Amino acid sequence: MEQQLDEIESEAQRELAAAAGDRRRIEALGLKYLGRKGRMTQLLRSIASLAPEARPAAGLRANETKQRLSAAIEAALRAAERIERSRVERIDVTLPGRAPLCGTLHPITQISREICDIFERMGYDIVEGPEVEKDYYNFEALNIPKNHPARDMQDTFFVSEEVVLRTHTSPLQIRTMERHPPPVRVIAPGKVFRCDSDQTHTPMFHQVEGLLVDEKVSFGDLKGTLTAFVHQMFDEETRLRFRPSFFPFTEPSAEVDILCVICRGTGCRVCKQTGWLEILGSGMVHPAVFENVGYDTRRYTGFAFGMGVERVAMLKYGIDDLRKFFENDLRFLSQF
Amino acid sequence: MKVSLSWLSDYTPIRLAPAELAEALTRVGLAVDAVVDRYRYLDTVRVGRVVAVDSHPAADKLKVCRVDTGEGLVDIVCGAPNVGPGVLAPVALPGTLLPGGTTVTVETIRGQRSEGMLCSDAELALGPSADGIRILDGDLAVGSPLNTALGLSDPVLDLDLTPNRADCLSIIGIAREVAAIQKTRLVLPAVPGFPEDAEERIQRITSVAIDAPDHCPRYVARVLDGITVGPSPAWLQERLLSVGLRPINNIVDVTNFVMMEWGQPLHAFDLDRLAGQRIVVRTAAAGDTFVTLDGRTRVLDPDMLMICDGEKPVAVAGVMGGLNSEIEAGTARVLIESAWFDPVSVRKTSKKLGLSTDASRRFERGVDPQGTARAATRAAALMAAVGAGGIVGGVIDAHPRPWSPRPIRLSVRRTRELLGVPVGKTNISRLLASIGFTTGTSPAREELVVTAPSFRVDVARPEDLIEEVARLSGFDAIPTTYPPIPAGERPPAPRLNLRRRLQGLLAGFGFAEIITYSFVHAQSADRLRLPAGDPRRRTVPLLNPLTEEQSVMRSSLIPGLLDTLRFNLFQQVKNVKVFEIGKVFIAADAAELPAEPEIIAGLWSGARAPLSWHGKEAACDFFDLKGALESLFSALKLEEVAFSRLPDDACCYTRPGASARIEAGNLPLGIIGEIDPEVAQAFDLKQTAFVFELDADSLQTALSETKYRMRIPRFPALFRDITLILAQEVAVREVLEAARAFQTDLLERIQLFDVFTGDPIPAGRKSLSFRLTYRSPEKTLEEEDVRDAHQRFTERMLAHFNAALPG
Repeated sequence: MEQQLDEIESEAQRELAAAAGDRRRIEALGLKYLGRKGRMTQLLRSIASLAPEARPAAGLRANETKQRLSAAIEAALRAAERIERSRVERIDVTLPGRAPLCGTLHPITQISREICDIFERMGYDIVEGPEVEKDYYNFEALNIPKNHPARDMQDTFFVSEEVVLRTHTSPLQIRTMERHPPPVRVIAPGKVFRCDSDQTHTPMFHQVEGLLVDEKVSFGDLKGTLTAFVHQMFDEETRLRFRPSFFPFTEPSAEVDILCVICRGTGCRVCKQTGWLEILGSGMVHPAVFENVGYDTRRYTGFAFGMGVERVAMLKYGIDDLRKFFENDLRFLSQF
Repeated sequence: MKVSLSWLSDYTPIRLAPAELAEALTRVGLAVDAVVDRYRYLDTVRVGRVVAVDSHPAADKLKVCRVDTGEGLVDIVCGAPNVGPGVLAPVALPGTLLPGGTTVTVETIRGQRSEGMLCSDAELALGPSADGIRILDGDLAVGSPLNTALGLSDPVLDLDLTPNRADCLSIIGIAREVAAIQKTRLVLPAVPGFPEDAEERIQRITSVAIDAPDHCPRYVARVLDGITVGPSPAWLQERLLSVGLRPINNIVDVTNFVMMEWGQPLHAFDLDRLAGQRIVVRTAAAGDTFVTLDGRTRVLDPDMLMICDGEKPVAVAGVMGGLNSEIEAGTARVLIESAWFDPVSVRKTSKKLGLSTDASRRFERGVDPQGTARAATRAAALMAAVGAGGIVGGVIDAHPRPWSPRPIRLSVRRTRELLGVPVGKTNISRLLASIGFTTGTSPAREELVVTAPSFRVDVARPEDLIEEVARLSGFDAIPTTYPPIPAGERPPAPRLNLRRRLQGLLAGFGFAEIITYSFVHAQSADRLRLPAGDPRRRTVPLLNPLTEEQSVMRSSLIPGLLDTLRFNLFQQVKNVKVFEIGKVFIAADAAELPAEPEIIAGLWSGARAPLSWHGKEAACDFFDLKGALESLFSALKLEEVAFSRLPDDACCYTRPGASARIEAGNLPLGIIGEIDPEVAQAFDLKQTAFVFELDADSLQTALSETKYRMRIPRFPALFRDITLILAQEVAVREVLEAARAFQTDLLERIQLFDVFTGDPIPAGRKSLSFRLTYRSPEKTLEEEDVRDAHQRFTERMLAHFNAALPG
């Protein structure tokens, strides 16, 4: 009897395994084993012919087997149905989805934010100022008197004799210091204008200006701050070169070059074979500027710096034509 | 400023390789843009051997030469009399750009192919001879580049000088820096103490009167007679050519040479063409005209300083000489002018005349006030040395405003503190001395008294000296430190926060941010059909615009949006959904500066969604854009924003009937609408667009703090739908407002879900369907609780709008 049960069960399991996924065959197996004339049913009936003392144990055993078989068939059926349904209700998952249209932020916005974020983490506040600016703020107060050759460094758009489109974000230095006593620590992003338009110049572009004034601020602090900035903006491997330059409102003045991010210093088209890229102008605030805003030049020193956002964006994104920024070709903008 | 190493090495030995020298100069603040060997054009000129010479079948004077260029044999047509078989001669290969400006190409000359050019000295700028081809020494290697073969190499540094370094607009100025870098000796040219005429003959020949001493503090003159105007000797021409100057004649070349050498611009007058043989320095009379050396007639004004003779102007002081006193072939006597003109005066004049010259660039930056006499003497001696004439004894040195040095007190402690580097007194003195500064001790400890040399007109304050110390010791020597970060209060920046939120939201709604120029076409206000009194007509025009398209500051962002749409349509980008946040400029009568309100503007044109299989492509409409704004306001938690119809006569660039004003309470926020067809036409647009504008200030004012106001209801709601058929003119907003007014207790929410016109709705009427949500804060509503309320509500609505129910 027991042997028979084992035989039936293992045979049924084998057949079920072979019929996996085929609902009809599984149903047929159900009939074959558990149906009215099924093998299990017949075996159960044969228990009656056993000796009375053997019947309970054999009955128990047979019922267990029957239940197991029944559960196995049931499970096989459910699995087969699932597969069958998936065949009918199958979707082409490679069809495009219903995508909400996603807009983009202008690359200049993104880079400008990135720059400001770095300085905000260093404790700078963001300030903004007028784009149409008084000659006084744009030039005079920054130690660039009228009829000084330093004015040639920037081709100026004029609104009137005394009003210009700001040629740099440096007027924010004056406007900030006029309003706040030291210490001062600000970063000023914004549009600037110069009347120059060709492959490498657009009449409008963006700058970020920085100013820090406090007691005992040194040129070494300027170097540290800008090094920290460059390492965050590009990467830790980016080497810097500080070289003497001239800006009327800083002294000493330094131009900051970074090792070309394209060729890493070996020389390429982007760095004009020099291995270096000019990205920042900087320097210690000129005492004449402090005098113009009434700061005590004996007590306070400070540094200022400025950079072109387009320049940084071109390097970061590998953009080769400055004018692309203001054409607003959506195929261009959608890449950022 | 171009400096050839050949010339530079006259004053100090060059120890560094050209690239190293360029780097070292850059590191002391004299940026070198490029180093180019001036004989590089000879790279493609090869030593060639003429193998055979045949006569040209079609031209008597031409010959066809077979030439070995080292890479093979080529035929070259040549007309030189001295070409013959076996000789070595320079062959310019096709592609060579000759100094004269022509590019050698493969040509067919009278039917004969010619693959290059056999060159004369003159054609290669290697000498004056143009009579025949240059015959080269027989032992040169055939095929080698001519510059290598002849040992011709002269690297030229191209310096991008900052305006403060006037002293470096001279070879000697650069040489001084090079000497300091290399720690080599600076050897200045000996200005010979030639025997001066005891009688100072010059005083009898000419005189100098300075009527404008502020403009001209010093004027030195020397005279030469027995002049023979002719070409300069080769060495002099060579020096000038090496820095890109064209030799003219022995007189002019010497003045240019001395200007390049010392940085002192000189001018040579034909003394006999000066009325009264004298010089008067004075300002011009208004309206005078004057013909400068370039042949152009200049109108003068009383601010301009002129060099005059006994009668008339003969030169614009410090800018350019005049045709009326130019050195000519027959010039017999020359007066050399070496003056110091006021930088501001020269700059103003140069700007007004639109005339910038080698001389004016130097004067306006400031030449050495003590260098005038030396330069005049150097020039006179050189002219004599090159056989141009004989020096007339004596010098005129009109010097109404003598220069005196200004010692500067430099605190060593301050130097250390500002640079953040430990430098000592001795070190500072040594560095400054290397570029000609003198340092003396001060009674105060830790202080130096420094006198800058006269040619350093840029040095006036202690910080100027600190800068010299920093650049000479090298910025690399300054250790990197960090300022402490204060942990104080930080002011909030609501405007920046709002802008960032708006940018993020609008981008999230599918708008691409654009940045357009802040200046627009002068006719933009007209193109926008702005009425006469509109404040945006008070534009801010530029005095010196680059183009008409960019000639006034924008008073609206709309032109930029429409231009962007046009540009993209032209690029076959048909779906345009963009926004810009930026300032507009409104001229203010009283204030000096215009108002600069910040505006947020957007445009949507083309399809609502990109082409896809999910549905038919549909054009975007007013409600797409309005919906985006509603979501924007909702995200900003701006409550009570209302859109109301903009009266037809208030529409300018938006289409009447499809324009709305946007208000928060009584506060106007902006407008939204479809672009008026006429405006679209003015901007050359073939596709309609929907635009909005919001004022950032107003938006910020309307913002309130986000609060948790509506408690999550505890009891379930009941829903009722209602459809009203009412007059077409009734705005949905009126219905919603009425609904809220009529049923305040239980009506939690009313949502419009259908709008229908047309059959079976009678003409002039429309059907609006709303879903009403009824809820009580106190209990679960039963059907009967709502039934009466809804009944009353329906009746009031029907009566109020003279409406009907369907069916």
